[in-house]
Parts: sequence; C-alpha cells; structure tokens
Amino acid sequence: MKPEGATRPGGATRPGGATKREGSPWTGLWAVTAKELADHLTSVRMTILELLILLTALGTVYAAIQTLRQVVGEDPFLFLRIFTTETERAGIQFSFLTFLSFLIPLAAITLGFDAVNGEHNRRTLSRVLSQPIYRDALLLGKFLAGLLTMAITLLALWLLVTGLGIFRLGVIPSGEEVGRGLLFFLATVVYAGIWLALAILFSVQFRQSATSALVTFGLWLFFVLFWPVVVGIIAPVDTFSTLAQAQRSLFLSRISPNTLYTEVVVALLNPETRALGPLLLTQLEGAIRAPLPLLQSVLISWPQLTTMIAEILLLFAGTYVLFQRQEIRA
Amino acid sequence: MNAVIETQGLVKHYGPVVAVENLTLTIKAGEVYGLLGPNGSGKTTTILMLLGLTEPTAGEVRVLGFDPWRQALQVKRRVGYLPDSVGFYDELSGRENLHYTAQLNGLSAAEAEKRMDDVLARMGLRDVAARRVGTYSRGMRQRLGLAEILLKQPQVAILDEPTMGLDPEGALEFLDMIRGLKNDGISILLASHLLHQVQAVCDRVGLFHQGRMVREGTVEDLSVQVLGGAYVVRVEVDGPRLETALGQVPGVVRVAFQPPRTYVVESRADIRGAVAQRVVAAGGTLLGITLERLGLDQVYARSLQEVRHEA
Repeated sequence: MKPEGATRPGGATRPGGATKREGSPWTGLWAVTAKELADHLTSVRMTILELLILLTALGTVYAAIQTLRQVVGEDPFLFLRIFTTETERAGIQFSFLTFLSFLIPLAAITLGFDAVNGEHNRRTLSRVLSQPIYRDALLLGKFLAGLLTMAITLLALWLLVTGLGIFRLGVIPSGEEVGRGLLFFLATVVYAGIWLALAILFSVQFRQSATSALVTFGLWLFFVLFWPVVVGIIAPVDTFSTLAQAQRSLFLSRISPNTLYTEVVVALLNPETRALGPLLLTQLEGAIRAPLPLLQSVLISWPQLTTMIAEILLLFAGTYVLFQRQEIRA
Repeated sequence: MNAVIETQGLVKHYGPVVAVENLTLTIKAGEVYGLLGPNGSGKTTTILMLLGLTEPTAGEVRVLGFDPWRQALQVKRRVGYLPDSVGFYDELSGRENLHYTAQLNGLSAAEAEKRMDDVLARMGLRDVAARRVGTYSRGMRQRLGLAEILLKQPQVAILDEPTMGLDPEGALEFLDMIRGLKNDGISILLASHLLHQVQAVCDRVGLFHQGRMVREGTVEDLSVQVLGGAYVVRVEVDGPRLETALGQVPGVVRVAFQPPRTYVVESRADIRGAVAQRVVAAGGTLLGITLERLGLDQVYARSLQEVRHEA
C-alpha cells in the first residue's frame, strides 16, 4: 500500500489543537440574509401581522389626530403628540405607542421563534450547513433578516403616520420633530431586536417550534403583565427613605426590556422630560419649564438605549454558543 | 494525491456512548466506497466528522488534504453531501432551492443559471423545476438532492442512505445516477444499510458494527474471506448420501445436507458441472441443480456472528 508517513493525516493541525479555523465566518451571510428576508416578506404569517399593525396603528393615529386638531398652533411638537396622545374609546385608554409596544414583540417573536428548529424539523439544516458557510453566517443572517423585516415595516409605518399627520393637521413637521421621530423609529427597531434575539435563542434551545414559541411568548407576557406586580412585591419597603425605595423598584423594573423601551420613548417623544428617575423638588429649583434640545433628550435616554443594545448582544452571544455546540444530526 | 478521504484512529463519543471507535479509513480517488451497517452503527457520525459538522473526540481526518474541522470551508466547497432523508424548503420551487445553494456557494448569477439548467436536465427534473418542492415525490426530492451535489461540481460526493424510501425501480434508477457521478470522476462515499442494493455500485465496502469497522474489501473478497466461498450450489439428489463424495469436488468449501434430499455446496467458483458429474458417478439421480451468488447480506450476517463470538 502507501508508505507510512507520506500522506499520513496529522501534523500540526490535529483536531483539538490550538490552530484556528480558516476562512471568514461571514462567508454566505448575504445569501442567507437575502433568502430569509424574501421568506419573511412573502410569508402569510408576516403579511397578517403587518396588516394588524397597520390597521391598529392607523386607527389610533386617526383618533389622536382628531383630538390634536383642536390644539394646532398651541403645541410646538404636534407630530410627536400623534404617537403619544391617548384617546379614550369604550372606557379604554390607548395611544399609538401602547399599541406599538404590544405589537412589536409579537411580530418579532413571530419572525424568530422557529428560525433554527424550523430548519431542523424540515431537515434542511444539515444540507445548508454542508454548504461552504459557517454556522455564524446562518445565525446572523437569520437575525439580520428578521431585523430588516421589522425595520422595513416600521419605517413604512412611521412615514405613513407622518404623512397622515401632514394631511390631516395641515402642518409640516419641524426638523427636530423629524429627528426625534427617526430616533423613536430606531429605538423601536432595537426593542424589536431584543425579542427577536430571544426568540432565536429559544429556537436553538428547543427542538419543537411550538415549545420555543410558547416559552418566548410566556416570557414576554411575564414581563408585560407580571413583572410590575412582582417588582411591587419584592422591592423592599424602606420606611425611612421613599427615595431609596423608589430607586430600588425602578432598578428592578428596568430588568424588563419593556420598561427600558418605554423610558427611551418617553424621553424622545416628550421633550419636556428632564429625568427618567425620581426627581427631587430641590433639583428642579430655578429650572425653566421648557423643552430640552434633542441632544439632551438623547443623553437622558442613552443608558437605556445602550442597555437594550447590550441585551441584544448578550442574547446573541448566548445563542451563538448554544448553536456552535449543538449536534445538527436529526 | 491518491486518497481523497483519510482517517486515522478516529473516535467519537457522545458522553458515555461510543459512536465511532478507532476508525481508520482510506478512500481512493475515483472509487465508490460503501459504508455499510445497521442503523446506529456510526455511519452518519463518521460522515458528519468528514464534513466538519461534528468535532472528533480523537484521531485524524483529512478530506482532499484538508482538516474538516479547521478548514471547513475548503472541504465543504469541494464535497457534496446528500443527508439521510434530505429536506428542502417546501414552499420554494426546486429551482429556487437550488438557487439558494448556488448563492451559498458564491456562484455568479450567470454561472448559477447555467449550472442549474444542466443539473436539472440531467436529473430529469426540468419539467418540475418550477413546482413547489412540497409537491415532489420522495424520488424527486432525492434526485433534487443529487442535482444540488452536481451543482457544486464537487470532487467527492457523500451520500447517506440514498436509496432509502425509494421503490425498487426508483432505487435502481438512482443507483444508475450514482454510477453517472462516478463516470464524471467524482469519488463517492455511500452509507447504507440496504446491502443488496448497494453492493452493485460499490468498488469497495466497509462493514460497520457498533462504531467499528468489522471488515473491508471488495464484495467478492469479503465473500471469500468471510464465507469461504462466493457461490452456493444447491443440488437435489435421489439416492445414497453424498456429503463425502461432494466434498471431494475441487473448489468445494463446505457441504451441508438439508433433508429430505438437498445438498448445499459452498464453493469458490461455479462448479455445477463437476458436481453433477460426481452425483451421477456416485450413483445418485440428479433432480435439480441451481447456483446462487452470495451477497453482502450473508457476508454481513456471518461477520456479525463472528464479531459476537469473539466478544
């Protein structure tokens, strides 16, 4: 046969050795993103969600504009009020913002809950991974496609709302309003990213799509409905300092991405917001009651915004580790 | 380089479970190698290690001179893989599925179109290429899988249970297509538990049992090695007992008597003539004589008996 050693496998690059893997981890990233994006945009699931978002959003915005028409000329930030003005119908108070903060996680989770286990169950995973790509590209491609889908939907929605505002109110948004609106749009995309990353994490962890969907939706409901209650219970009562207690419960409630998002949006859409925590009367002494410039509002919401981005990165890193270690065989 | 796939002392453990134990395997350029064994004997695990989709616990792997775990992209660019019960995106058409693969392989748009036309025509899928894969039959999916491999123009094709779930006719047709790949100069590693189907296309086979390679060689070699002979002559005789007489025929390995009047003669060659003459010479009346070639099924069954016996 063959002389031993001539073509014998082995040498420096034995498995388990310190040699790094070769080739870019992003090979094929664009192909995956484009394919997933096309899937999302044509899927029935997403079409229904987009319709739902569009109808509720336009409904609330229309109602808000009806209210705002009476105060045109009095308010310098009319276009921001479109998003935040609460209307009461049938005893329920609602605004564009409350609807959006409900629908965004719903849509993001819907986009991500079967990202990886869906491929597994369709038995396409081993076939795709046997193409010259690393698992990194598949995971990031799926995340980017989901995020892009959300961004496209939200951008269209924001433009529609602004257009509707111009049409119905008869005023043109100022530069600052456009800037704040754009930042609001970006913050919303980041918020969607958190739920998308969480959904993808569970889609790697659980083999059944139904399980991953249920767990992600469960966690979302927990943060929306039960976390505020839990915070009220576990935040220790401090009879000596109400301030300390308020700060503690605020800290706890900020574990929920919901709180972070709401705070960012409040700072961006209400230019009068001066702080996102408890504020003492002494701190307000001498302050002129006037809206903050855009940059100051961004500064206020900066910690929350970076925390949200950090959460995405952490979730994605966790997903990555899980996925790299996973056996792909059926 | 003569060997396209080489492993040395390859080991894979899943926790306490040993999936592959000390596997040393060499597959030469241009050959069809059959990795045969029952389900759960470590065939798929071996394949995943060859593709860098699973990290070996110990041992060395080289595919076309590359280390699949560290140089995965190099290996996967040159190796086509048809997984066990392959899946496609049901909501996309056959052509769209291939298009995704072409993009993942970084083919240019023009090149992808040209290759897709070629492989779809070659696999007889041109007429259904625009249909959703959800409507495809099992055989069509399998052929689409083969089309996907051809699309990459690989040097090595690895096929996991390619004929499983196909009807006998479809399986034969599929095996023919595999021969076609061989004629293109593609080396093929074929894993299967359907021994009788696979023995027809394989140049060499390796028999797997519980993660170990039990036997290796050409089908004929193995028949001789394991069974002593590659042929079985069945003789029906009226008259006296003839075991001794038949045992003296040149080439006979073993003679067994099956009441009421059949002798099973294992031999290294077709010795029907000599057997018939001996029967008549010994005073028996020859009622019938048939020849059987021993297949891999028997080789495998006998090998496993030996392995169990040793253990």
